[in-house]
Amino acid sequence: MLDIRQIPIGALLGLIITTLLVLSAILAPLIAPYGIGQIVGGVWEPATSEHWLGTDNLGRDLLTRMIYGGRITIFIAALATALSFILGSVLGFTAAVVGGWFDTIMSRLVDLLMSIPTLIFGLVVLSVLPSSTLTLILVMGILDSTRVYRLARAVAVDINVMDFVEAAKLRGEGRAWIIFREILPNALSPLVAELGLRFIFAVLFLSALSFLGLGVQPPESDWGGMVRENKEGIVFGIPAALIPAGAIAALSISVNLVADWVLNRTSDLKGGRGNA
Amino acid sequence: MPDAGGTETLLDIRDLRIEATVYAPGEDPRDVVIVDGISFKLAKGRVLGLIGESGAGKSTIGLSSMGYGRGGVRITGGEIIVNGRDIRKLGPRGLRKLRGSEVCYVAQSAAAAFNPAHKLMDQVVEAALRHGTANRREAEARAVELFRKLSLPNPETIGKRYPHQVSGGQLQRVMTAMALCSKPDLIVFDEPTTALDVTTQIDVLAAIKDAIADTHVAALYITHDLAVVAQVSDEIMVLRHGKMIEHGETRQIIEAPRKDYTKALVSVRSIEHEEKKPATQPILRVEDVTAAYGGGVVRVLQDVSVDIFPGQTLAVVGESGSGKSTLARVITGLLPPLEGTVSFEGRPLPPRLANRTKDDLRELQMIYQMADVAMNPRQTVKTIIGRPLEFYFGMRGAERDRRVAELLEEIEMGKGFADRYPAELSGGQKQRVCIARALAAKPKLIICDEVTSALDPLVADGILKLLLDLQKREDVAYLFITHDLATVRAIADSIAVMYQGKVVRYGTKTEVLTPPYDDYTELLLSSVPEMEVGWLEKAIAGRRMEAAGN
Amino acid sequence: MGSSRILILIAQRIAMGVLLLFAVSALIFAGTQILPGDVAQSILGQAATPQALANLREELGLNDPAIVRYFRWLGGVLTGDLGTALSNGRDIASSLEDRLGNTLFLAAIAAIVSVPLAILLGLLAVRYRNGAIDKIISGLALASTSLPEFFIGYVLMLFFAVKLQWFPSVSTVYDTMSFVEKLRAVALPATALTFVVLAHMMRMTRAAILNVMQSAYIETAELKGLSPFQIIRRHAFPNAVAPIVNVVMLNLAYLVVGVVVIEVIFVYPGLGQYLVDHVTKRDVPVVQAVGLIFAAVYIGLNMIADIVAILANPRLRNPR
Repeated sequence: MLDIRQIPIGALLGLIITTLLVLSAILAPLIAPYGIGQIVGGVWEPATSEHWLGTDNLGRDLLTRMIYGGRITIFIAALATALSFILGSVLGFTAAVVGGWFDTIMSRLVDLLMSIPTLIFGLVVLSVLPSSTLTLILVMGILDSTRVYRLARAVAVDINVMDFVEAAKLRGEGRAWIIFREILPNALSPLVAELGLRFIFAVLFLSALSFLGLGVQPPESDWGGMVRENKEGIVFGIPAALIPAGAIAALSISVNLVADWVLNRTSDLKGGRGNA
Repeated sequence: MPDAGGTETLLDIRDLRIEATVYAPGEDPRDVVIVDGISFKLAKGRVLGLIGESGAGKSTIGLSSMGYGRGGVRITGGEIIVNGRDIRKLGPRGLRKLRGSEVCYVAQSAAAAFNPAHKLMDQVVEAALRHGTANRREAEARAVELFRKLSLPNPETIGKRYPHQVSGGQLQRVMTAMALCSKPDLIVFDEPTTALDVTTQIDVLAAIKDAIADTHVAALYITHDLAVVAQVSDEIMVLRHGKMIEHGETRQIIEAPRKDYTKALVSVRSIEHEEKKPATQPILRVEDVTAAYGGGVVRVLQDVSVDIFPGQTLAVVGESGSGKSTLARVITGLLPPLEGTVSFEGRPLPPRLANRTKDDLRELQMIYQMADVAMNPRQTVKTIIGRPLEFYFGMRGAERDRRVAELLEEIEMGKGFADRYPAELSGGQKQRVCIARALAAKPKLIICDEVTSALDPLVADGILKLLLDLQKREDVAYLFITHDLATVRAIADSIAVMYQGKVVRYGTKTEVLTPPYDDYTELLLSSVPEMEVGWLEKAIAGRRMEAAGN
Repeated sequence: MGSSRILILIAQRIAMGVLLLFAVSALIFAGTQILPGDVAQSILGQAATPQALANLREELGLNDPAIVRYFRWLGGVLTGDLGTALSNGRDIASSLEDRLGNTLFLAAIAAIVSVPLAILLGLLAVRYRNGAIDKIISGLALASTSLPEFFIGYVLMLFFAVKLQWFPSVSTVYDTMSFVEKLRAVALPATALTFVVLAHMMRMTRAAILNVMQSAYIETAELKGLSPFQIIRRHAFPNAVAPIVNVVMLNLAYLVVGVVVIEVIFVYPGLGQYLVDHVTKRDVPVVQAVGLIFAAVYIGLNMIADIVAILANPRLRNPR
C-alpha cells in the first residue's frame, strides 16, 4: 500500500489543495454562504468577517462566487479533458496497432491541426459557433485530443515493437489481448501523468477564453470570467480580480505537482509495479 | 623506486575504495561501495588486464587512475600514485595537467566518444596542443605516423574526415592514435573491441598490441573477455563485485588459475557435446528462401536452404548484417519470404503468421536475446509462464499453477519465483523464465536468437547447460542463432555459416569445422580469440602466410 | 557535394512549410463554415427579409459553392486583398498594418529580453545542476508554466502601474510617440510576456545543454585535460547551438500566441486585441485574415527552427 510519509512534500501539498478545491466545487450549494446572484453589499467592499473575500463588481459575495465559479471551471475542464483523452487515446492506440493508411491519415490530420496554435484556432471556430457550454467542451476537447493522440500513439508504437508483444503475436494472441493485456498496462502511467497536464491545460485554456469574453457567458461565470468581471478594479487598486486568477494558478500548480510526482514514480518501464 | 622486476613503477594504487550514490526511483538515495580494497603496482611499459563481469568495478578502477569518477562516483579511500605523486591530492588544475598528457583514455564506443562537429585530426592532436607537448605540425606528423602504425587506410588524409565518415573499427584505431599522440605514460583501454564484429576485432587488437609495444606505453586493458585480455596483457587482475579475486602473470592466470572463480572463467565454454547423426526426416526444412525488407528493395536473404532434425541443434552463425535474425523472422512467419518455402514435419507452413494454425504456432517457439524486454514487465512469472498453458491447452486454476511450478523446477528456479515480476529477477533468471515460457507450449522446435550474448560468461554457460539438458529430456530441436563460435562448438549438431545474406558453409559440426575452409569461414574461425597466450601472434602470422601464399 | 544535399533538404522543408500554410488556410476557412447561416445573415441580423438576404448573398457571391469561395478568398489573400470587415466596412489589410507593427514591436521587445535571459538561466541551471540555483529555477519554471497570463499581467499592473505608478496601466501607443515613450508604454506587457515564455524556454534550454553535456565526447574532452571553458567553447557549444536556436524559435512561436491575452489585459492596440474584438463581433472575414497571419508566423518560426537544425548538423554538412 501507498505510505503517505513517502509522498514528497510538494506532491502532498498539491494533493491536498486539489482535493479541497474539487470538494468545494462538488459541495458548492452546501458550503456557499450566500446565493450565487445575491447582491449583499456595496461594490468591491474589502474583506470582512461576513464576506471573507469582500464583494465583487456588483456587490455580490466574492467567496460565494468563487465557490460556484470553481465548480464551472472544474466541471468544464474535466469534461473537456475526458473527451480529449478518450478520443485521443482510442485513436492513437488504434493508429499504432492497425498502422497502414488509417495511421497515415490520422497522423497527417493531427500534424495539420497542431500546426495552428490552439488558442488561435479556438478563436476562429468560436467566432461562428454559438456560445454554449457544450460548444466549449467540444472545441476544447477536440483541439486538445491531438496532443493525447500523439502521446498515445508514440507510447503504443514503442511498446508494440517490443519483444514481449512480438512473443504474444507469435503465440497467436488476438488483437484485443495485445492491446488490453500487453500494451495498455504498460502505457497507463505515462498517460495518467499526461492526464494531469491536459487538465491543467484545459483549465488555463478555458480561463483564457472566458477572460477574453468568449468562454462561459454571463450570468454564469467561471474563474476566468470573474477575472474579466473584476478587472476594472485593478486600476483603482482593488485586487478582487487577482483572487480568481490566483485560484486558477493554485489549482494548476497543485495538479502539476501531483502529475510530476506520478510521472517520476512510474516513468521507468522496467521498474515493474507502480507501487513497488 | 624500482620494483621486483627492476623497472620503474608508474602506477601504484593502494587500498583503493570507491563509492557511488544510487538514486533508485521512489527510494531515498543511498551510498554503495563499488570498489573496495584494491591495490596493485604497474611498471612502465607493462600492460595489466582488468577482467570481470558487469558490475565488477573494472572501468571505475581504470578511470580512477585519471582521478575521474563517472556520474556521481567518488574515490573515498586509498592512494593513487602516478609517477610518484598521489593524484588524489592534486587539485582540479593538477588533474587537468595529468589527463591527456600522462594518462590517456580509449573508450568502448569511439563512435560516441568523438565530437561529431570536428574533423578527426583536430581531435587527435587536441590534447598534445593543449598541454604544449608539441606544436601543430609536429603533432599532426606524429598522428599520421600513428595512423600508419595502426594500419589505417589513407593515413595522410583520414584525419581530414569527420567521425561519421569512417567505420567503427577504424574509429576505434583513430581513438587509440588520439591517446598515443600526446606520448602518455599510461593508456586506459576500456573495452576497446567489445562493440566490434569478431573479424574486425582481431585487426584492431593486433594494431593496439603493436602500438603499445612500439611506443613503450603502459596500459590498463579493461574487458570482460578473458581470451581477449590474454592476448594483449602481461599480467591480469580478476575482479568481482569490486574486490580483487586474483592477480598474476597472464600465463599463470590462464594456465594455472588458483581461485575457483578464475578457474570457472577460464574453463567457460568448454562444455563437451557429442554431435548427433542427422536423422532421415528433418523436422523443419527451409528451401531456397529469399527475403527482403521494404517491399523487396533491401535483399537480406538469398537462396537460403537448411534442415533441422528432431531433437538436434542447428547453429546459424554470422556477424551483424549476415541475415541470421532475418532467417528467424521468415521461419516464424513475421516476414513472409519473396521466394522459397518453409516446411514443418513435411508439410509446408503458410508464409504469413496470420494464416498459421494454433498448433503450428505452438510447436515452434522462440527465445530472445534481451530477456528483459521479452517479458511484459506488468505480468508476474506465473502469468508469463501460465499464459501459453491456458492459451494452447486450456489449463486453468490449480492445474495451471501446478504445471507452472513444475516448469519452474525444470529451469532450476523453484516455485517461490511464481509471484515475482521480471524486474525482481537477475539477468540469468529472466532468460530461464523465457525458456520456461517456450517449454510450456511443448514445442518441437525452439528458435534461440542470441540468447546468451547479453549475459556474463558464467551465467551464459549455465543457460547453455540448461538448454542441452532440456534437449535430452524433452527431445526438442533448436535453431540457435549466434555470432559466437565458442557457443556454437558447445551446443551444435550441425552448423550453417552465413555471410551477407547467404549460407556460405553448411553441414554437420565436424564437417563445417574441419578444413579445407572457404575464405569467409577461415577468416571467421581464425578471428575468434582462444583462451591461449600467444594465440594472436599465431593467428596474425597465419594470415600473413596466407596472404603471401596467394 | 554536401551543400547541394543541404540545399535540397532546406528546399524540401520550405516547400513543406508552404504546403502546410495552404492546408492551414483551407482549415481556417473550413473552420468558419461549420455552421449554416452566413455573412449575409450576420450583416443584416435575424430580422432581415428573405429578399434582402438573397440580394446581399448574390452581391457577395455567397451562392457559389464553398470551394469556389475558398479559392476566391485565397486569391485575394495572395494579392494582399484581405477583404472588408463586416462590422465597420473598412478594408482589413489597411486596418491590420499598424496593429501588426505594434504586435511585432511588443513581441520583439519581449524576445530581446527573454531570449538572452532564458539562455543565461538555462546555463546557470546546468552549471549548478541539482544545486539550490537549479532547484529554484525549476521551481519557478513549474510555477510560471501553471500561471495564467492574466495573473502575471494584473499583478504587474497592480504593483507597478497602480501602486508605484512607474508605468501606465493602459499601454496606448500611437505614431507620434517617441521611441522611449513607446518603450515605457510597452514595459509592463513586455515584462508579462517575458514571464510567460521565460520558464518554458529556460527549461528547454537546460534540457538541450544537458543533453550535449552528457554526451560521451564531453567526457573524452574532460579526459584530455581540457579546462571547463575549453570544453564548453570547443566541444559543447558547436553541438548545442542548433538545439538552442531550435528552442528559441519554438518559444518565439509560443510568444506570438501569448501576445493575444497580454494585449487584451493592457488594452494594447495590436493584432491580438483586434482578433478578440472581432471574434466577439463574429466578424468572420477579419477573424480569418488575422488567424491566418498568426498561423503563418507560427509556421514560419517552426520552419526556421527546422532549417537551423539542418544547417547545424555536421552529418548533413559533411556526408560520407
